[in-house]
Amino acid sequence: MRYEVCDCNFNFVNVGSAGDVLEDNPVGKLQVYVYELPSKYNKKILQKDSRCLNHMFAAEIFMHRFLLSSPVRTRNPEEADWFYTPVYTTCDLTPTGLPLPFKSPRMMRSAIQLISSNWPYWNRTEGADHFFVVPHDFGACFHYQEEKAIERGILPLLRRATLVQTFGQRNHVCLKEGSITIPPYAPPQKMQAHLIPPETPRSIFVYFRGLFYDVNNDPEGGYYARGARASVWENFKNNPLFDISTDHPTTYYEDMQRSIFCLCPLGWAPWSPRLVEAVVFGCIPVIIADDIVLPFADAIPWEDIGVFLAEKDVPNLDTILTSIEPEVVLRKQRLLANPSMKQAMLFPQPAQPRDAFHQILNGLARKLPHDKNVHLKPGEKILDWSVGPVGDLKPW
Amino acid sequence: MKPSLLQQSRRSNSFRGSTPLDSSPDGGGATKSPAAIFWLVLHGLCCLVSLVLGFRFSRLIFFLLFSTSTNSNTGLYQTSPFRTVADIAENLAFSTSLPSLDSSPANRTSGVSSSGVVVGRHGILIRPWPHPNPEEVMKAHRIIERVQREQRAQYGVKSPRTVIVVTPTYVRTFQTLHLTGVMHSLMNVPYDLVWIVVEAGGVTNETASLITKSGLRTIHIGCEERMPLSWEDRHRMEARMRLRALRVVSEKKLDGAVMFADDSNMHSMELFDEIQKVKWIGAVSVGILAHSGHSDEDLSAVRNEGDESNSPVPIQGPACNSSDQLVGWHTFNSLPYVGRSANYVGDRATVLPRKLEWAGFVLNSRLVWKEAVDKPDWVKDLDMVARDEANVESPLSLLKDSSVVEPLGSCGRKVLLWWLRVEARADSKFPSGWIIDPPLEVTVPARHTPWPDAPPELPTSEKVTSIKESSEKRSTKTRTHRSRRGSRSKRKHEARSVDAHVSERHSHEN
Repeated sequence: MRYEVCDCNFNFVNVGSAGDVLEDNPVGKLQVYVYELPSKYNKKILQKDSRCLNHMFAAEIFMHRFLLSSPVRTRNPEEADWFYTPVYTTCDLTPTGLPLPFKSPRMMRSAIQLISSNWPYWNRTEGADHFFVVPHDFGACFHYQEEKAIERGILPLLRRATLVQTFGQRNHVCLKEGSITIPPYAPPQKMQAHLIPPETPRSIFVYFRGLFYDVNNDPEGGYYARGARASVWENFKNNPLFDISTDHPTTYYEDMQRSIFCLCPLGWAPWSPRLVEAVVFGCIPVIIADDIVLPFADAIPWEDIGVFLAEKDVPNLDTILTSIEPEVVLRKQRLLANPSMKQAMLFPQPAQPRDAFHQILNGLARKLPHDKNVHLKPGEKILDWSVGPVGDLKPW
Repeated sequence: MKPSLLQQSRRSNSFRGSTPLDSSPDGGGATKSPAAIFWLVLHGLCCLVSLVLGFRFSRLIFFLLFSTSTNSNTGLYQTSPFRTVADIAENLAFSTSLPSLDSSPANRTSGVSSSGVVVGRHGILIRPWPHPNPEEVMKAHRIIERVQREQRAQYGVKSPRTVIVVTPTYVRTFQTLHLTGVMHSLMNVPYDLVWIVVEAGGVTNETASLITKSGLRTIHIGCEERMPLSWEDRHRMEARMRLRALRVVSEKKLDGAVMFADDSNMHSMELFDEIQKVKWIGAVSVGILAHSGHSDEDLSAVRNEGDESNSPVPIQGPACNSSDQLVGWHTFNSLPYVGRSANYVGDRATVLPRKLEWAGFVLNSRLVWKEAVDKPDWVKDLDMVARDEANVESPLSLLKDSSVVEPLGSCGRKVLLWWLRVEARADSKFPSGWIIDPPLEVTVPARHTPWPDAPPELPTSEKVTSIKESSEKRSTKTRTHRSRRGSRSKRKHEARSVDAHVSERHSHEN
């Protein structure tokens, strides 16, 4: 289906066929039951530290708030298709604002113990019709360091549940089959406040602001970002087409709107809010992260919108970008200009149609109806509650 | 970037020793088993060797020992065709904090199935010539240009009109300076342009050669009368020249927006975007840079006298009320300058503008056509106006009712051009076309620095004047220009020498 978008001078601009799936309305397609957990799992944590509402992991909190007042919510668990457990596992922050994942496995385990003992719905499917929002670095592996995360693997109790997470990498332990990848939270009001007139000519060819070497944790390089960011710096620091540096300019958002390409390389984890910012500001994202799974990949045609680059091809980044035909560049920009694309990346308050909350519900609706083997026969048990590192089994 | 920010302090924590809650098995080094001690000793030895060699030798050993037994080679990055930052050591795919785990590098692969993405240290790939390729830079610029063109088409002015620029000029010292400035501004205008240059004193080759360099479509008209010397008369002459240009617009039925670009004014690019919006006649705000050739005391005296205006630079242009409608005009207040203004061109006193300069007005060219489809009735016929040439002060004389003027530039709040009159003294001379022909007389001949093995030449003619130092310095300068092959360092020494004898200098040179 071709989409025509009205740019406010009433000139209909053809934006090509961009994901009709984005336009789906999930209301009426599914029912979600929200467990009422004691506030120590959600409200009290938020009260202790309200910074959780602004950082990039805030999706878990906003999803809870959205579901509480959404038309898909049902108070009758018998007619629910999906069950949601509101537990804020990414809200234990250090003084500088970084979430510590060390207590998260215990918190999640404790929450699941609660719902399995107070309601029968967990036990009848062992969580196969439950979904959890785990926006941390490596999802439900609950660790920030990749090796440790891989070692831990996904929390055993969540093996059958659907995970809604920001992390996505193919053939990775921490991304399980059937997970829904979502964008990280980026503050919509802040981005709206920095919009510049669209007729400002885009004069920067490639733009990037961020670290190339993580001197605190990986001084030699080669570890951070698998050496890709360092490679970008070493190859292109003298190239006038590349506006890349480690600055923190106040005009970061404005500069993105004046750029044609925005680099989105991996860091310690393959995802970052940079992708969301690039889409919102109409800058073509250049994704440098091997095997990454991007948010809502089944609804958004990332191949058509962005440029994908293998990490080994980073030294040829300039050749690759300059050899793109101008018409292709224009087409990508037109697709990016589609407001549904931008809306699907955002978590606005209050929720708006076709935003990320709705895309998550669409994703959940697409997984319905549940498979027959979701419901366990009486007495059958698949999950082993004693599996896992000793520290996880302690009560929270 | 952001996840890394998160990782910073936490990762350093983990390196110092895992937190009690962290349950990964890395406590190997803490136990005093012989294996652990052996590894520690080996590690220490390798560190010493690394100190000597200059790269991370310890990891290389492990890699060489274990690489044949694993199949993780496919995941490793080849760095031999490239220069790398950290030499060979980064070929290894091991984590830095867990030496005891290097016996099982296969564990490090992040995937259950075989995938190319390996966790751990990778090489930093740098190509041998990390500099931009000029062809690629040109391709990138073409992409940028295409994108900007598309942006203009989408968000900019739809159906842009031709800009008709009227410039009165005449040959004088500062003409090249002023006209080049205007020319370059016009060359950057993204719309179609017609440049009508009206020249006092007839069409000359000077002006013609200058304006053809622009590559714009030009109409060069000559007025036989010479430009008068006094500013009063000059302003009137310029008005007559502009009317002459408008007559050409009317005869040729040129279609577009007419603007008046005096050759010494400064225009911003937004001005040309703004004049596209004019319907019939519009006015923009002009910043007046009334400049005096005298020292600052004259200017400050003026400022002290009449200081009611808020803006430091006087502005001429439309005045609007709060609903953005034209209610009046900001004009130049010339009272403080009475008796102190310049009278003739080249006078050092302040040159004053008229009440309302022509430069601040924009017309739809159809206003001056004889017959136009929807020509409004509040405009007077051009010929009628032209008959009364002496009293035409600004385009407002073309109108019966001056309230129809549209204020542009967000109702006059934006200053889009600046008025300035800077002229040299009336009797100043300049080489015609700014070409020095015949060449200037030589005062001191240039010296050739001889080849090292060639015999020294004797000077042919030398003006041994009393001002020896300056001529020496001059000659050393010309010597540096003419031949760099000579002994530079020696020249530096001899530049300071104050030697009367030429031959001595020659021997010093060798």
